Amino acid sequence: MTTTTTGRAALLVLADGRFPAGGHAHSGGAEAAVAAGRVHDAVSLEAFCRGRLGTAGLVAAALAAAAAAGVDPLLLDEAADARTPSPALRATGRKLGRQLMRAARACWPSPALDALAAARPRGVHQPVVLGLAAAAAGLGPLDAAYAAAYEAVSGPATAAVRLLSLDPFDATAVLARLAPELDHVAQRAVLAAESALDSDVDALPAASAPLLEIAAEQHAAWPVRLFAS
Amino acid sequence: MHLDHPETYPQRHAHASPASALSGKRGAPTSSGAPAERPDGTRRALRIGLGGPVGSGKTATVAAICRQLRDELSIAVVTNDIYTREDAEFLLRNAVLPPERITAVETGACPHTAIRDDISANLEAVEDLEESVGPLDLVLVESGGDNLTATFSKGLVDAQIFVIDVAGGDKIPRKGGPGVSTADLLVVNKTDLAPLVGADLGVMARDAKAQRGELPVAFTALTEPDGIAPVIGWVRERLAGWTAAAV
Amino acid sequence: MTTVALPCAAPSGVRATARIVATPDGRGGTALPVLDGAGPLALRRTRSARPGAAQVTVVGAMSAPLGGDHLSLRARVLPGARLTVGSAAATVSLPGRNGARAGYDVRLTVGAGAELRWLPEPLIAAAGSDLAMTTRVELAEGARLVLREELVLGRAGEQPGRLASRLTVRGGGRTLLDQEIAVGPGAPGWSGPAVLDRYRAMGQLLVVEPRFEEHAPPAAALPSDPAEGEALLTPLAGPAVLVTALARDALTARRLLDAGHAAVAPSAG
Repeated sequence: MTTTTTGRAALLVLADGRFPAGGHAHSGGAEAAVAAGRVHDAVSLEAFCRGRLGTAGLVAAALAAAAAAGVDPLLLDEAADARTPSPALRATGRKLGRQLMRAARACWPSPALDALAAARPRGVHQPVVLGLAAAAAGLGPLDAAYAAAYEAVSGPATAAVRLLSLDPFDATAVLARLAPELDHVAQRAVLAAESALDSDVDALPAASAPLLEIAAEQHAAWPVRLFAS
Repeated sequence: MHLDHPETYPQRHAHASPASALSGKRGAPTSSGAPAERPDGTRRALRIGLGGPVGSGKTATVAAICRQLRDELSIAVVTNDIYTREDAEFLLRNAVLPPERITAVETGACPHTAIRDDISANLEAVEDLEESVGPLDLVLVESGGDNLTATFSKGLVDAQIFVIDVAGGDKIPRKGGPGVSTADLLVVNKTDLAPLVGADLGVMARDAKAQRGELPVAFTALTEPDGIAPVIGWVRERLAGWTAAAV
Repeated sequence: MTTVALPCAAPSGVRATARIVATPDGRGGTALPVLDGAGPLALRRTRSARPGAAQVTVVGAMSAPLGGDHLSLRARVLPGARLTVGSAAATVSLPGRNGARAGYDVRLTVGAGAELRWLPEPLIAAAGSDLAMTTRVELAEGARLVLREELVLGRAGEQPGRLASRLTVRGGGRTLLDQEIAVGPGAPGWSGPAVLDRYRAMGQLLVVEPRFEEHAPPAAALPSDPAEGEALLTPLAGPAVLVTALARDALTARRLLDAGHAAVAPSAG
């Protein structure tokens, strides 16, 4: 598995919070956590992000790395389903996957993306698309893992700024403090992707966050909300 | 992975095939950058965006357009509420369209982002509507009430209407901003309230003209019978142009 | 019929594999041709309340696992057989002398048209303990499964030990559910607002039934006071329903799982 450093600048494009793939309308569970009183300041935001990074973030990073490394995206999509008990989160994952597919095909036209879009017009889980998009952009599995892991925490941090009127410097400092853990998660994700390439997708991590799953279903049933998830 | 693509058509890729991409290039008559054909090559629905400040009457305008045109056209609506579903539910409660023709898009507290910077969710919604309720003639995309700077991306809509009202003050046209100055149609709503709020319609018309040049302005009072007529006239012109360009 | 029990000296811990095989007895009931306890895992055939089913109770002959132990439990339910497995008491994960990690592997296979109800008492991660548990289930066509897993973080009033538990369930050629929960010292953010927050007991109850292929119940929160616990019933991407419960204590978690189970029982429609 190569972790190419050529063309690394494409990672900045892919991981940019303004990349038009729908992420801005999702809080990564932060809206529900804020409503439950569990996230209320920078300290609790950091704890939330750390937990999300080590669970959903790790899983997403490994799926993305595996997709970038060439593991069958349809098997990865099933693996994502098995790791996502909440139907609301499965639907969100596929919806965001479809939106990312649109943006990725515009930015990095690729037969692999075309084939996946044709095979699953209703979308596949977003990290799988992210991995293929990274590959299409000339990036490697580690880059894909970084993009997925970072997204797992940048989304909630941005949302918390809007939901809590949190000082944006504090929220960004949370992300900066998590950087070493992001490095760690991305490395673990790549190792797992290598195992999956040698064996099967069951080798990918399956770290779960029960509160994220429970809160996601509660949030999906709210009649009124700011964020889609 | 890097194939040579001399031309790409970034706004509509979910179903892009070489044929549809090419046909999208062919003869799109509006300012929209979005390909004008469906994947099967037929001409897709005209998409009109409605933006404007909170409370200016965007949803009421959408409702009035639907009531006027729903018997002759296949219409669907996408709402982008700030606080989701309020507008969609208003339209549902008032039964201006069957529920399957109305979709709400969540905007993560940033309605202008969803219609301008990252239009992916709105494009999904429009395409989902086309898929679920069949070929459409007209899709109205209503933005969440925002401020005077919000405009629609040309990748999302073919034309946009900016709705302000006299109660917001007769100096809004003078203040300008992208919505007031560049929208394809400026609607000044609630003209019936002008005497009550001391707004001078003449001043508003003059200032709008100064900001907009030849771009049209419609004065409406939706509480009056056929108060939507000027907007309907403009929508019909747009539709005629859209359909004519298909040949 | 083999028993692998290697009660070694303390530093390397106990290695033991207990085995159960259930098969139709030809008279409408279920026989247990293999019922081999090993090491701390003693197995008893107990009276089954379910007609046609055999029942086995795992009796903890000693507190186990200790750090450094590697225990395995294998159960095979052959086509058409019905087996219920429970345990006599909670399993307590305790620290070993040398701080080594303990392992507990459960491998379950359920044949065509067979039924397994795997309903052990909770696993308690005592202070200072470190246990990696894996449960892998293979389901054949038409197999039915009820599987309960309850994890309690620390005995009353103590800090929890480390516990990582992974549950992988395969059926119909795909993985239906793959969930790992990692909690206790060193697990990132485990007591934070994304994972467990203040709850110290969690449970999962998985029900796999062919009838869910066509009629799975919709996702629903189970009624509960959040001060006590929260629980969610979700249809999985396959003929399965998962009840997830978080609670302040094991009793509340059990009550929530039972409520979820009742909600998907055939009699409840």
